[in-house]
Amino acid sequence: MNLKRLAEWMYLLLIYGFLYLPILVLIVYSFNDSKYSLEWRGLTWQWYQNLLDDPDLLQTALNSALIATLSATVATAIGAMAAVAIHRYAFFGKPLLNALLFVLMMTPDIVMGIALLILFASLSLPLGFWTLLLAHITFNIPFVVVTVLSRISGFDPHLIEAARDLGATEFQTFRQVILPLLAPAVVAGWLLSFTLSMDDVMVSFFVTGPSFEILPLKIYSMVRLGVTPEINALCTIMLGVTLSMILIAQSLLRKK
Amino acid sequence: MTIKEPFKLIAMGGLWFWLIAFALLPNLLVIIASVLERGADEFVVFAFTLDSYRRLLDPLYLGVLLDSLQLSAITTAFCLLLGYPFAYLLTRMPERWRPLLLLLVIVPFWTSSLVRTYAITILLKTNGLLNQALLGLGVIVEPLELLYTPLAVIAGMAYTLLPFMILPLYGSLEKLDRRLIEAARDLGAGRLTTFRRIILPLTLPGIIAGGMLTFLPGLGMFYVADLLGGAKTMLVGNLIRDQFLSARDWPFGAAISVMLTLLMGLLLWAYYRSSRRASRGILP
Repeated sequence: MNLKRLAEWMYLLLIYGFLYLPILVLIVYSFNDSKYSLEWRGLTWQWYQNLLDDPDLLQTALNSALIATLSATVATAIGAMAAVAIHRYAFFGKPLLNALLFVLMMTPDIVMGIALLILFASLSLPLGFWTLLLAHITFNIPFVVVTVLSRISGFDPHLIEAARDLGATEFQTFRQVILPLLAPAVVAGWLLSFTLSMDDVMVSFFVTGPSFEILPLKIYSMVRLGVTPEINALCTIMLGVTLSMILIAQSLLRKK
Repeated sequence: MTIKEPFKLIAMGGLWFWLIAFALLPNLLVIIASVLERGADEFVVFAFTLDSYRRLLDPLYLGVLLDSLQLSAITTAFCLLLGYPFAYLLTRMPERWRPLLLLLVIVPFWTSSLVRTYAITILLKTNGLLNQALLGLGVIVEPLELLYTPLAVIAGMAYTLLPFMILPLYGSLEKLDRRLIEAARDLGAGRLTTFRRIILPLTLPGIIAGGMLTFLPGLGMFYVADLLGGAKTMLVGNLIRDQFLSARDWPFGAAISVMLTLLMGLLLWAYYRSSRRASRGILP
């Protein structure tokens, strides 16, 4: 390996270090047996134990998981069917639909948050579970559509024609031919939606009320009060859940 | 194919309904709210006024807007400077390594930016790892005040947004036709000229897309300013949030976010223009 090659790898490593070092430090300190100091005092599960002993926190975690599961499922149902339709049909207003999806994806989170807040306020909907769910479905849909669309473009249109020629209705074609072929992308879209929903701070901040607390907002209010080993542990768990879902989603998308 | 097909109706109907009800309508309501008067008991009073837009020019708020634009611009420039060579090197790596190297960029892209911002606070604390390391190395004698500075906000934003810059850059660098570079070199262009006249214009869509994905979220990330900047740094995001939470001035908050949306429109327009040019092979 020559010197130039070495310098190139060093640069890559440096950036990867920048991306991963803070996360690694967070994870390592969540196991450190010391409340305040940075000094390494040995391995402990204490902080994780403290989290488990906090019933409020467990309820909050359950709330988050519930919203993430429901919003990912509804968004995947709407998004996957819509992606198939966008790919297969020409229809009136298609450019407008594509533009709306794109704008929805690019809209800064804070703008989406207040826009939905104004919508819910003008409908006099009380902020809580339902408003949060509607908001999360909204920001998940475009990600599902994009994930599924990128997979459809790659497959053989003759399969769909064959199904139609053999007398299948559009619904039967969707369920028995298209869906099995798209299954990896659909599952990946669901997993990515789940992580988006689990991690969202900005939109949720505006559209949920005190009646329904979720994990990211809980972490946000805890962090503002200071750094504690319990937050390290909680953040490590959040990272663990997200990481495993992304890795599964990516491996599904990579398969031929 | 007839319109009576129930699948098409349900698939399209569902998406249309959702986008109109929860994307188009809310944004129209924001525009409407921004030209209404602020109410004492209600959030808005139905009377037309451009007061909220006039207040954007108030030196107090204008200062916050400009500061925030500046912080975001610096963050974007920093990400571009770090990310461009990185994305370029990624495209030059051996084929079998690339999926793994790319995955390592994608993973932070999807993880919680709140958690990652929090991780930065651990590093930057007065008795944090960075200060300890610098003290240990003898670079400094006293711990530096790193947290609660504009610099910490920039570092935090750059850290959470870097993958958003790298991924579009990688996308456009990967599509780059290497024969064009060789042709330029064969015709006698130096390295710098080749970069400036060939590589840069052809990867401009990636640069603009990456810039958009770092610059716009950078303006809104109120929790980064809260956690890393203390009360000293205000972003557009903090200003908007305060209008809806503490100040209860919804029309003004709506007006600021209309400005953000217009800015997004401007950047999108720049992106379309540059990508159409790049795909037709016309260099500016």
